[in-house]
Amino acid sequence: MPWRQCLRGIAVSAVDAAPAPIGVKPIDDSTAAIQVTGDWSHGAAIKPAEQVLAELDATSPSRVLLQAHELAGWDSRLPAYLLKIIDYCQARQIEVDASGLPEGIQALLKLARAVPERTGARRATQKKSMLADIGKTVLNGLKDVRGLIAFIGETMLAFMSLIRGKARFRAVDLLLCIQDAGPAALAIVTLISLLVGLILAFVGAVQLAMFGAQIYIADLVGLGTVREMGALMTAVIMSGRTGAAYAAQLGTMNVNSEIDALKTMGISPMEFLVLPRMLALILMLPLLCLYADLMGILGGALVTVSAFDVSLIQYYNETQKAVDLTDFSIGIFKSLVFALLIATAGCMRGMQCGRSASAVGDAATAAVVNSIVYIVVADSLITLLCNRLGI
Amino acid sequence: MNTPHITVTDLTMAYGDFVIQQDLTFTIDHGDIFIIMGGSGCGKSTLLKHLIGLQRPAKGAVFYDRQDFWHASDEERVRIMRRIGVLYQSGALFSSLTLAENIALPLGEFTDMGSREIADIASYKLALVGLAGFEDYYPSEISGGMQKRAGLARAMALDPEILFFDEPSAGLDPVSARLLDDLIISLRDTLGTTIVVVTHELASIFAIGSNSVFLDPETKTMLATGAPRKLLAESSDPRIIQFLTRGESNVDKPA
Ligand SMILES: Nc1ncnc2c1ncn2[C@@H]1O[C@H](COP(=O)(O)OP(=O)(O)O)[C@@H](O)[C@H]1O
Ligand SMILES: [Mg+2]
Repeated sequence: MPWRQCLRGIAVSAVDAAPAPIGVKPIDDSTAAIQVTGDWSHGAAIKPAEQVLAELDATSPSRVLLQAHELAGWDSRLPAYLLKIIDYCQARQIEVDASGLPEGIQALLKLARAVPERTGARRATQKKSMLADIGKTVLNGLKDVRGLIAFIGETMLAFMSLIRGKARFRAVDLLLCIQDAGPAALAIVTLISLLVGLILAFVGAVQLAMFGAQIYIADLVGLGTVREMGALMTAVIMSGRTGAAYAAQLGTMNVNSEIDALKTMGISPMEFLVLPRMLALILMLPLLCLYADLMGILGGALVTVSAFDVSLIQYYNETQKAVDLTDFSIGIFKSLVFALLIATAGCMRGMQCGRSASAVGDAATAAVVNSIVYIVVADSLITLLCNRLGI
Repeated sequence: MNTPHITVTDLTMAYGDFVIQQDLTFTIDHGDIFIIMGGSGCGKSTLLKHLIGLQRPAKGAVFYDRQDFWHASDEERVRIMRRIGVLYQSGALFSSLTLAENIALPLGEFTDMGSREIADIASYKLALVGLAGFEDYYPSEISGGMQKRAGLARAMALDPEILFFDEPSAGLDPVSARLLDDLIISLRDTLGTTIVVVTHELASIFAIGSNSVFLDPETKTMLATGAPRKLLAESSDPRIIQFLTRGESNVDKPA
């Protein structure tokens, strides 16, 4: 049976098969016959249905007979083709008589037409103009902003009920989130902060060594790490690691209607899902930041002590002189802000996720991109502010 | 066409050490409408996974025609798998494609038809399952029963030799379920498709089933194989009779 061959992946060339004959034959003034013969399997070349419909239009009958003659082989192609012709005739009030077809095909056609098309179901595909595209983009942007404001509002409400001790979530979820956002991230934070400390030291050393002032590498690395790089690098790591995970988890739960299930149980998903995630990140990111600060300073020390004429004690003393508690506080404060931003972006994108696999991917991407933009903008603002206030 | 299409011999299925079913031996002939029945959780979907190549048997063999499915080379197995169409229990439509695109995907990959013709065939398959006009909808925009039917349309896209349906009528209204039975019989009669159905619908079991296997969760093996009507008429096993009469074993047997 030829239609099988195609499915087995054996190429059936369309060239050497004779075109499956289908033709319109006028019978009398008001009747035309459409005859099909020959091979109608997947590989065979067939005249496009539009051409047959044009021939039919030329004769403009009020009644059409569908007939089959010596049909060699056929598969879904033939009923699909015939269905198109029947639909076309029906739209033009032309009566169709299919009794000349094999019984099997008649049965399939009858099934295909057993459930009439639901009125209004079909979607008109209209061409979009550029203006409409621009309008849509702007409206989507506004919708995003509204969504953000609504999400912040809901988060506030959830935190209020947390403060009143009424928030409903499971402690074990919180612990799992903490484990995930804290200890599980130590390895990558160690690696990145050590390397950033190392890089800072090398960059500084090139300049300072010209003046024989290598000892000031300690100042540069210490201040740079504690005030800026520690918080920034941990935030970037965590937005890629945890923010994306939050968006993907919540998005998948949305796709599976798990969030709907929570709502109908009377459990607020904001409290049950979002609160533990936010809390975990807010608790863990400052700690990670502190750890990253120490690792960065250690990285700087490694370079300075091994490559330049500075002892570990000297480096330690110099760092202690340069960096005070205010600098640490600024770094920690930044990381708190970053934690809020990352958790908000991740959870918001997850909660607002659409219901398809690609929507989950989009949510994760948007979560990372948004949080990195928020982080850098917030960092600039805070740095500017500190500069103006002189701290 | 009473030649064996799929032969299962001495099959044991397990997840790790946890045996689901053992000693399954039965034959599905060409052109059969074969019913897999049994209580919820007895391993019907798992059996389907073994038949369609998603899960390797712990013991035993599955033959397609004369070919050992699980001992064939990877290419051989892929070639066999391309001859089958599957409707998964949850529909398993590609959520980022419209219904028409879902059906067009295998047609575009495995045939050399033009895009217009592929679109016609997609429309026809959707019409067959009662979804005419829903070509441009995404799976998330239609109901669960409609997703099921769209999954069916995708399974039939390539006119496969063997179709596997996992609970096709779950979530369908009685009229749609009846149309589905008609469709299954038409497919068998016109294209000679062999059809394997997991179902609990007694009405459908008796209306369409030409052969069946009955799995039991307690003894973890099959209790019987044969035409459902024959099982009901001849079986002396109370568990089978109970299942086939919805527990009302003193009720009249269907004509
Ligand atoms: N991925 C899996 N891992 C372990 N056990 C499973 C898995 N899927 C199903 N099971 C177990 O196998 C048994 C049969 O499941 P299934 O084949 O889905 O049943 P059903 O007959 O309702 O389709 C159940 O007891 C279930 O717990
Ligand atoms: Mg199942």
